[in-house]
Amino acid sequence: MPALSRDDVAHLAGLARIDLSDAELDTMVGELGVILESVAKVQEVAADEVPPMSHPLPLANVTRPDEVRPSLTAEQALAGAPAVEEQRFSVPRILAED
Amino acid sequence: MNDITRHSAAELSHALATGELSAVEVTTAHLERIAEVDGEVHAFLHVDGEGALAAARRVDEQRAAGEELHVLAGVPIAVKDVLATRGLPTTCGSRILQGWVPPYDATVVARLRAAGLPVLGKTNMDEFAMGSSTEHSAYGPTRNPWDLDRIPGGSGGGSSAAVAAFEAPLAIGTDTGGSIRPPAAVTGTVGVKPTYGGVSRYGLVALASSLDQAGPCTRSVLDAALLHSVIGGHDPMDSTSIDAPVPPVVEAARRADVQGLRVGVVRELGGEGYQAGVRQRFEEAVDLLVGAGAEVVEVSCPHFDYALAAYYLILPSEASSNLAKFDAMRYGLRVLPAGVDEPSAEQVMAATRDAGFGDEVKRRIILGTYALSSGYYDAYYGQAQKVRTLIARDFEQAFQQVDVLVSPTAPTTAFRLGDKLDDPMSMYLQDVATIPANLAGVPGMSLPTGVTDEDGLPAGIQVLAPAMKDDRLYGVGAALERLLLEKWGAPLLAHAPVLTAKGA
Repeated sequence: MPALSRDDVAHLAGLARIDLSDAELDTMVGELGVILESVAKVQEVAADEVPPMSHPLPLANVTRPDEVRPSLTAEQALAGAPAVEEQRFSVPRILAED
Repeated sequence: MNDITRHSAAELSHALATGELSAVEVTTAHLERIAEVDGEVHAFLHVDGEGALAAARRVDEQRAAGEELHVLAGVPIAVKDVLATRGLPTTCGSRILQGWVPPYDATVVARLRAAGLPVLGKTNMDEFAMGSSTEHSAYGPTRNPWDLDRIPGGSGGGSSAAVAAFEAPLAIGTDTGGSIRPPAAVTGTVGVKPTYGGVSRYGLVALASSLDQAGPCTRSVLDAALLHSVIGGHDPMDSTSIDAPVPPVVEAARRADVQGLRVGVVRELGGEGYQAGVRQRFEEAVDLLVGAGAEVVEVSCPHFDYALAAYYLILPSEASSNLAKFDAMRYGLRVLPAGVDEPSAEQVMAATRDAGFGDEVKRRIILGTYALSSGYYDAYYGQAQKVRTLIARDFEQAFQQVDVLVSPTAPTTAFRLGDKLDDPMSMYLQDVATIPANLAGVPGMSLPTGVTDEDGLPAGIQVLAPAMKDDRLYGVGAALERLLLEKWGAPLLAHAPVLTAKGA
């Protein structure tokens, strides 16, 4: 397994939408390296024929009747929002200028 | 009753039913205890005295009116800050949710309220339940009532410490890899992770959805059973909730019988890396079970050696996806990036997540992002899922030979605050014995085995049972608890240092 570089971590942080500082990147490269080396232990297990397990319960397509039931009011739903306008979540621009 | 806070929930329930105590008296006593010692312990992030007293008054009125009440009505409880509480702040120990007040109750909380348990407040935790010491809380660590310089376990150190410090007779914890059980072990209390799907996850802020499970934190096995039966059972609001009755946990705790029970000691959990005193107390506890008529054999679960590695791929993967909802748009913190005119939503999100998340959360989100990246998916996340299957198969085979499995709960007693903060892998190892149960979805309990000779701090034994056989945990736990009580002459916590307003 190739070791993670500082650029790799910066790229992952970008994908995860976390604006890490230079100092954070420096620390994280080393720590992630140690953790990855340790978790790579799963690769020692011969498991080619073993099915993957995503969940403890054998559940599939749990549904409920499509009935109207009480829900939050718009006011309640917006109560924790950082910014609200015209009874809607107010968000920063989502498109680039150019 | 002289000191109300020293009593178990079962004793308080009896005193309430006979009219010896009122719910207001019981709640007031615990609020006073919190005011007295929580400055030192810091188990609570938020105390709701007014709300708790109002709920207690309601119970007293209902009782006076002759209404039929739940057995725990009027017994107060503390709730881990990862469960949504309508009208009460819910931060998950994170800066990103500072001041957030949910508009709804988690199903667990709704059931507590419906049964008449006054909610004293919200307990401290590692941020989004990521950690094994409660030191990763954005609001400062909780301290272990046995030694205020030591950790109370994590992530639910607030709940375990609140119960150990007699600030609450009952608390709710959540356990993703051990956040209920090791905290119970290092504080000398009882903690149960029910079968996955046994307790609703609706309103539980998800860390890893396939592993998370809420459960009881108490000072006795019977109290845990009483609480388990309040919060357990099917919930249509959680699609992973099991549609079956709650196993007969209270009956099992009252029966406390291990005669003829087959107990398997897990060979892979307990050797190298486990503190001598922890092992010694564990072996003595197993001997007590033998004396009470249990048949003890050694059982091997070879893939448990890979559980920690599989867990630290599966958990970060699920967490990185679950925590994507903290986007600074609908609730929680919003931080604008410095020096950017008219920032985009993406830039605001990245600046907010950098400011709002702590180091451990960032570490795990980035680790999960990596494990799920194309090109690495098969080698990491995919392989971890296969190992998970092998661990579940190890449990299946073990439970063909024995009724329950046992091991020490945590490899060591409580370590000092700060000791493992700079070494994430060493912190992760605290959950090495508890993680397999979460991966397979089986239930587990930790209860105290005594204090070790070398440091005088509590150690615990873990009991594991097949899925939906939670009652077996309570049968074994209650039997062992009774035998240990006979040996000690008083509950273990009677030996904990006395906390005062100025500290121990």
